[in-house]
Amino acid sequence: MIRFVAQRLLQTIPVVWVIITATFFMIRFVPGGPFTAERAVTPEIMRNLEAHYGMNKPLYRQYLDYCSSILRGDLGPSFKYPTRSVNEIIAEKLPVSAELGLWSLAVALCVGLPLGVLAAVKRNTWVDYVCSSFAMTGVCIPTFVMGPVLILVFAIHLGWFNASGWYGPIDRVLPSLTLGSVYAAYIARLTRGGMLEVLSQDYIRTARAKGASEARVILRHALRGGLTPVVSFLGPAIAGIVTGSFVIETIFQIPGIGREFVNSAFNRDYTLVLGTVVLYAGFIIGMNLAVDVVQVWLNPKLKFE
Amino acid sequence: MSPDEAERGHSLWSDAWHRLRRNRLAIAGGVVILVLAAACAAGPIFSQSYEEQNLDLGAVPPSASHWLGTDTLGRDLLARTLYGGRISITVGLVATFVALTIGVTYGAVAGFAGGKVDAVMMRIVDILYALPFAIFVILLMVFFGRNIFLLFFAIGAVEWLTMARIVRGQVMSIKRMEFIEAARALGLGRRRIIFRHLIPNVLGPVIVYTTLTIPAVMLLEAFLSFLGLGVQAPMSSWGVLIKDGSEKMEEFWWLLVFPGALFSLTLFSLNFLGDGLRDALDVRASKD
Repeated sequence: MIRFVAQRLLQTIPVVWVIITATFFMIRFVPGGPFTAERAVTPEIMRNLEAHYGMNKPLYRQYLDYCSSILRGDLGPSFKYPTRSVNEIIAEKLPVSAELGLWSLAVALCVGLPLGVLAAVKRNTWVDYVCSSFAMTGVCIPTFVMGPVLILVFAIHLGWFNASGWYGPIDRVLPSLTLGSVYAAYIARLTRGGMLEVLSQDYIRTARAKGASEARVILRHALRGGLTPVVSFLGPAIAGIVTGSFVIETIFQIPGIGREFVNSAFNRDYTLVLGTVVLYAGFIIGMNLAVDVVQVWLNPKLKFE
Repeated sequence: MSPDEAERGHSLWSDAWHRLRRNRLAIAGGVVILVLAAACAAGPIFSQSYEEQNLDLGAVPPSASHWLGTDTLGRDLLARTLYGGRISITVGLVATFVALTIGVTYGAVAGFAGGKVDAVMMRIVDILYALPFAIFVILLMVFFGRNIFLLFFAIGAVEWLTMARIVRGQVMSIKRMEFIEAARALGLGRRRIIFRHLIPNVLGPVIVYTTLTIPAVMLLEAFLSFLGLGVQAPMSSWGVLIKDGSEKMEEFWWLLVFPGALFSLTLFSLNFLGDGLRDALDVRASKD
């Protein structure tokens, strides 16, 4: 197992390098720059700014500088927030997004898993239809409709919550529900599919024949195999959910990192774009690796393949 | 069933059609899609103008003369929603077609070639997966300007990855079957084997995933509109309408509710149809 993990980690090095390189040159070829703001700067100031950030050097030189600073764990200074480094921005904003992400994930799992299991066990009955339709709702109502509607009903009309902001625990409720509902829907659908596949297999019949109770058959025997598709989905999903959602953070005015993914690209904040890309790619790769490890644990047959 | 019928047997497609017809939700989804598409295609011809402003009128709630009300510039919301549906559905279809073409070709080639070529091609897919798609699309849109054809291309360029993976997996399993070997033994060229024999046999999963890609693409279009990178005024799409509506919902709820409801209804129908097709064609539920 250790060898497998080490091997996979070694394989990710070229992948991360290609991602960094591609993004570095891609964003440089986009017209405009970090200093082309509404207020035009005089040419002298522009030259000074560029010299300060090393942008007057040839592009390949800047690229090498950036690579060497990344190897030291330094993502460089932000262009748009002059006094701060990308590391600081990420350190400040990622925890906010991660907290929201974990709450949403909790919502998603608590709603999605039971719905999926129930739908599979009661296949093609009204229970299944209700659960499946409910799951479909989460997929089909986009967050930028769901969020405003929740605000309209629960914050503006009923006054139970604040319409936006990120201060007390109560401000966690609406954003987590909005973001969680999407993932709950996917989890429910995948759980249903996975459970259906497993429930028709021989070892389930064996378990029933042994006289195991229905609850034990489902929770102890079927669930373990039925979760395979959910685990594959959860890997990239957790990476996405923890690194923040632009839409949710914009609607609810949450100071998370998700907004920076988009804003940095608009601002041509080169280092911040690269920083967020590296962060996201790192999460995705790490989570995919974790998925592979968990898969083997859930299904020991894979060990021999 | 008459003996004659039993002997004729059933093709995969007629079997699938039988199963699909029994799935009421899927059929209802298909009907709703057709009705909505027809309404969006023909509606703007009969309804009021989608861009004619009536500033004295302003935003009024639904009434007899404006069934869904008007927006803050006094434009008829029904006309705008139908017209927006045209754009959204077109984006959904065209971008899906782009994704389909790239994904199927790429996946078929990778799966058929196998070995090193396959390994390199799939590593590229892995890398593209790890790029945050939002940045990628934003860069494309900013770089080439906001142009509706580029919108199709940009979305299609993001959505083909999963399709390529599915097709590759399918091709890998099919290419070991006897009929491919037979085709090879007959001396058919590589290209002919891929396009005549392999691709028709991976159609099932492709059809299913296509019906599920269309709603994903429409969501992406709406997301881009949310960022202000969608189509430009006076044109509109459901995404643009929803964005405008959510900004004004405190005073004018109908601006958010009607476009949002129609958009969700479309996604619902497409997803039910896609799920029905998946069950009918008995495709293993493998999204990734």
